[in-house]
Amino acid sequence: MRIGTRRRCYDASTIGAGQPVMVTPGADGIKEIVPPLTDADIESLKAGDRVRITGVLYTARDAAHGRLLPLIDAGKTLPIDVRGQIIYYTGPSPARPGEVVGSIGPTTGSRMDKFTPKLLELGLKGTMGKGHRSEHVKQAMMRHKAVYFGAIGGAGAVLSRFVTKVEIVAYEDLGTEAIRRIEVEKFPAIVVNDCHGGDLYQEGMAEYGR
Amino acid sequence: MRDIHTSAITDAVKKLCMEANYALEPDMLRAFDRALVTERSAAGRQVLEILKDNAQLAVSKKIPYCQDTGFVVCFVELGQDVHVTGGLLVDAINEGVRQGYTEGYLRASIVRSPFDRVNTGDNTPAVIHLDLVEGATLKIQIMAKGGGCENRSKYKMLTPAEGIDGVKAWILECIKTAGPDACPPLIAGVGVGGTFEQAARLSKKALFRELGTPNPDAVVDALEREVLDRANRLGIGPQGYGGDTTAFGVHILTYPCHITSLPVAVTIECHAHRHKEAVL
Repeated sequence: MRIGTRRRCYDASTIGAGQPVMVTPGADGIKEIVPPLTDADIESLKAGDRVRITGVLYTARDAAHGRLLPLIDAGKTLPIDVRGQIIYYTGPSPARPGEVVGSIGPTTGSRMDKFTPKLLELGLKGTMGKGHRSEHVKQAMMRHKAVYFGAIGGAGAVLSRFVTKVEIVAYEDLGTEAIRRIEVEKFPAIVVNDCHGGDLYQEGMAEYGR
Repeated sequence: MRDIHTSAITDAVKKLCMEANYALEPDMLRAFDRALVTERSAAGRQVLEILKDNAQLAVSKKIPYCQDTGFVVCFVELGQDVHVTGGLLVDAINEGVRQGYTEGYLRASIVRSPFDRVNTGDNTPAVIHLDLVEGATLKIQIMAKGGGCENRSKYKMLTPAEGIDGVKAWILECIKTAGPDACPPLIAGVGVGGTFEQAARLSKKALFRELGTPNPDAVVDALEREVLDRANRLGIGPQGYGGDTTAFGVHILTYPCHITSLPVAVTIECHAHRHKEAVL
């Protein structure tokens, strides 16, 4: 069954609590993820889980977050509805003619730490980048049921192959830092921080440090 | 006196910028292969394999290896018997950067002021270091320096009493705190000695040495090997997912220093170590 077919059937209001629906185990043990995600979907993810994401991601990094925060503080509507969604921290390189996008790997997540808890409060379910998140953000992920995915930093050329569509939805003047709605097909990532306090970076270091 | 026209400099820089971003140097590709033999972590090996695929795809599609196509750091060795004609050397380099980044579909990542943060749109200006040397050639080395790893670069003024052990501990601390944020496997470029700014400059210059080659100074070579070994026992691993390959290399350059000082600057470089050079 094509995951895209099922995505069109999604209706958050009819999804029963307690059962992950948009996170399903693939035959190879890699979890298939189709946003938007529910609390139950998030609870089923554990640090270290390999995942493939299919569907919509929103890109935003430093400058876009800088514009979203004052809107949140003023109680205004954001240019994107973050409920159930995943924000991918990236600023792609320009697409060559005939290509969907240029190189599109993750940027460092910690620079967005200041902004993330407020977005999680609004219902954002996932962020994706590379590198550590602050204790404050990890606590907020546990409180609001959210996860932080790691995409492979510096693998922007490979990751571009999983992107099928790109459109700018806000702040075009920011160039690479504009908010983009991108569609991805089996985009590979790994759960770094889950909503249960699991942290892949700490676990990995504990296992291999000597 | 030998004349070199600025147009030749612009053309060379343009080409270097594009090639550096599409094609990793062979020393990096060899480092991936070496690490695949020693890496115990399955996740780590998988990351290394993906990075090899990434390098191949970048070359074949002429798509940047990393979307952060970097700040162009340019080391120029200008032979003092060279006469640059047709304009200013610095302008010629920046024009090469502008052409390379706009025509090569490379990302513009530079803002005109640290405060108003308006993107210059063409990745200019470069950071240019100029050395006047013997001879009648012009050597241009460029590095497309990523921001994520640069943000983890650090400087510390040690006391002479802290000595070589203090230097080792500081480099290790820098690698450890850079960790997953800076896209490991990392390379640490280290400048020891000189003054505050000289140490920092050397830490960048040190990164141009071919990975896997020994330091010509036996004492410094032993220091590099020890720190690299200890770094790879930290357990951070490729991308920080846990593993044995946290760093590919530690490259140190030294300079005489003041009797009161032991300056140590560490430039953190990611696996997207994009560097090229040309001699005119």
